[in-house]
Amino acid sequence: MGSYILKRLVSAIPVLLGITIIVFLIMAMIPGDPATAILGAYATPENVERVNRSLGLDEPMVQRYFIWLGNMLTGDFGRSYSLNRPVLDEILERFNATLILAGTSFVLCAVLGILAGVVSASRQYGFADKAITFTVLIGISIPSFFLGMMMILLFAVNLQWLPVSGMWPIYGDRTLWVLIEHLTMPALALAAVATGVVARLSRSAMLEVLRQDYIRTARAKGVPERRVIYGHALKAAMVSIIPVLGIQAGFVLSGAVYIEIVFQWPGVGRMLVNAILQRDILLVQGGVVFVAACYVLFNIAVDVAQSLLDPRIKT
Amino acid sequence: MRQFLKLLFRNRLAGLGAIVLGAIVLLVLVTPLLPLPDPNATATGDRFLRPFSAGHLLGTDHLGRDLLARLLYGTRLSLAVGLAAALIAATIGSAIGILAGYFGGRLDNVVMRGVDMLMAFPYILLALAIVAALGPGLLNALIAVAAVNIPFFARNIRGVTVGLAGREFVDAAKLAGMGSGRIVMVEILPNVLPTIVIAMSTTVGWMILETAGLSFLGLGSQPPQADLGSMLGEARAALISAPHTSVVPGVMIFLIVMSVNLLGDGIRDALDPRLKSGALSRPRATTAVDRKGPVPETPQQGLLDLQELQTQFHVGERIYRAVGGVSLHVKPGECLGIIGESGSGKSVTALSVMGLVASPPGVVTGGAVKYDGEDLLSADYKSLRRKRGENVAYIFQDPLATLHPLYRVGDQLAEAIRVHHRVSDAEAKRRGLELLRSVRIPNPESRMRNYPHEMSGGMRQRVGIAMALANDPDVIIADEPTTALDVTVQAQILSMLDDLRRERGLAIVFITHDFGVVAQLCDRVAVMYAGRIVEEGMTREVLEHPLHPYTSRLIACVPELGGGRRKLEAIPGLPPPVDKLPPGCAFAPRCPKAQPECQKGEIALFTKEERAVRCLYPEETFLEEEMADARLAGE
Ligand code: SF4
Repeated sequence: MGSYILKRLVSAIPVLLGITIIVFLIMAMIPGDPATAILGAYATPENVERVNRSLGLDEPMVQRYFIWLGNMLTGDFGRSYSLNRPVLDEILERFNATLILAGTSFVLCAVLGILAGVVSASRQYGFADKAITFTVLIGISIPSFFLGMMMILLFAVNLQWLPVSGMWPIYGDRTLWVLIEHLTMPALALAAVATGVVARLSRSAMLEVLRQDYIRTARAKGVPERRVIYGHALKAAMVSIIPVLGIQAGFVLSGAVYIEIVFQWPGVGRMLVNAILQRDILLVQGGVVFVAACYVLFNIAVDVAQSLLDPRIKT
Repeated sequence: MRQFLKLLFRNRLAGLGAIVLGAIVLLVLVTPLLPLPDPNATATGDRFLRPFSAGHLLGTDHLGRDLLARLLYGTRLSLAVGLAAALIAATIGSAIGILAGYFGGRLDNVVMRGVDMLMAFPYILLALAIVAALGPGLLNALIAVAAVNIPFFARNIRGVTVGLAGREFVDAAKLAGMGSGRIVMVEILPNVLPTIVIAMSTTVGWMILETAGLSFLGLGSQPPQADLGSMLGEARAALISAPHTSVVPGVMIFLIVMSVNLLGDGIRDALDPRLKSGALSRPRATTAVDRKGPVPETPQQGLLDLQELQTQFHVGERIYRAVGGVSLHVKPGECLGIIGESGSGKSVTALSVMGLVASPPGVVTGGAVKYDGEDLLSADYKSLRRKRGENVAYIFQDPLATLHPLYRVGDQLAEAIRVHHRVSDAEAKRRGLELLRSVRIPNPESRMRNYPHEMSGGMRQRVGIAMALANDPDVIIADEPTTALDVTVQAQILSMLDDLRRERGLAIVFITHDFGVVAQLCDRVAVMYAGRIVEEGMTREVLEHPLHPYTSRLIACVPELGGGRRKLEAIPGLPPPVDKLPPGCAFAPRCPKAQPECQKGEIALFTKEERAVRCLYPEETFLEEEMADARLAGE
């Protein structure tokens, strides 16, 4: 197993490099003088000179890329001019919040989605199946940012059950309970679409598996139906559900950008949008590379989980 | 195409999606012709008017602009931008895909690597990076959304093109001296076009949503111009005081995305042939029983009695009579063979016993299955489940498909015991080990930890047998257990089954298409054809004096008894489809002795003690008087 993980990690290196190249090329599309773009309002001649030197901006493209890559590998993502602090510090702080939000949503979408799919499949064409299918259809069609706004209206404004937005209250203790209160709405709004997708897929994966011969064998052995469904069938269906969970993680991470804006969640997504509006190029660049790299690593974890489940995968 | 549309509209939801989407598109197309106020005309005195105010059907926004006009123009813009992004992504992506797929080699390699890298991004990061570089604005948002979707098209179209590039008409065009450019345009493009269109229809809704999303973030359309996303984004500031300004554009986005989704699902379902055949339905825990007649009340003949069993498959309007009234019995310690070609109904008969016929589409429509006098068809699920494996166990044909691929063999064995007996896991494992020994598996300790795919076919089938033996059942139903194995392994398994039967006093129902196997193992044999028994008797007698012409053909297919696997294709013709059974003898079309009266009406199973045959002109004289009467009745 250890060697398998190592192998997957090594194979991720070219992908990670590719990501940096793509981001670098996109940023090279910025019109005008890069140092002025990076510095924005702070672009005095001395500052431009300093940035040109530290980022090697007068060098040819290829050198510039390697200087940038080298800086990043040593943990130097540059300095955000709009926040006047190191980009990496800001990202790490913000990423924490995003991780809490997206992580919760991911767990929600996996658990609820699989459960809904399994129940739906085991009562195919029954009332529960139809109700779930209908809910799923609505869920995957509502844009998450609109759903979030409607949730605020209902639960925060009308019913006053939950706080309107933010991660922590301005005054008061930072307890787990307070966090959960603030997290509930954004996490649910963010999970909605992914839950729908996972539910759909789990349903069809279960239906596929339930027709297999080994399910008939389990029944012929006298395995109780509950165990046939939640044991034998679900385990086999997980083989096709897990890769989809990996893909959905990417969608949850993407959706977090909208949800962080709607709920003023202090995460990376909101940071990126603000950075774009402020034209804080280094912050955008660093944030994109950092999150994309985390996503690549997460997908390795998904592969490892898959290989633990399915002994037929060569490790 | 007509059929496709019919299928699409038979799906009511897809039809609904098409209607809603059509209405929206129509509305948007005629928008400039409608008597609407200027969507950008501000009137600060009329801020946040509620819906249904005079002159403003949907009310006004924070600058007093008419929401209905803004909604319609915003929808127009959103649809146009989404469509444009889809077209751009489709064009560029397809071009890349075609070039990579057609030329292959290094180019293909480099391009596909790039595509993989792009797909490693969570899509929005890429879009944000592009907008960051180009600056906020609707056109830039459009470019970003299109760019993010290019890899998707490139990968799909490349796959199709690779398939086409190797086809003969492309080679022919090359030989005819056509240039690469012309081949791509004339031969490849028309063939990949359908795929491009399908890929576009599945992504356009997504791209509409994405551009709206970027506008919502303030990175897309800039004021005063507004698409649905920026309308929602601007309204957010007044979410609490004037919620209608948010609800109006939000609901519109929802309607568009939902109708596109419904339509897309409908298209996908209409293109999927499996849905029509009902092959995607889930088999229930037991076979459905819907008996038309009364439960037969015949006296008990064996440990397991089938009486006039009828099992059908209901697929749409069609009814397949897989088992059409089969009576069989097996006594303790006896081995009964059921033999027939595939499609004769022998497996369905076997699976009907414990309610294992997949249902839907299977339904037991008549007769009885009695285990020790108790009718299993009227038993509830609980008591049936308790008998499965405990009293009547199964061995199936292909153990690679019938053992669970993700559980260790030892766990599957232990489970078979533990679902019926309250024993500890360790104890169940110990018994499992014993079972593996009793089916003569070498190194049983290490085999317990194997997964099925790590074993050979013969070993797997031994596991299958061990699992059937786990609870010391009284009856084992073996459904072609040796068909997938080679001859030597087959012989080993058969002799082992025979030993087990003698040691344990097992009753075995052995289903096969091979008379050689029957001769080796079975005391009695029943021959099935088109869902019915056509001959029955002691194995030796049937082999030496077959009565039914079909039986004698089957025996003729086995040159040497016990000589291993034989194919039955030697009999010319095919069994009749069981949804269109001819009147009278089902074998008549293939029978060399067929007479007109054979096809007149139902032919009875002529029975004398252990022997029975369903034929008017048997190979040897049998119950001459009754036969003569029946022949006369048929004329
Ligand atoms: S009944 Fe007639 S057609 Fe049928 S098997 Fe006998 S002889 Fe042949």
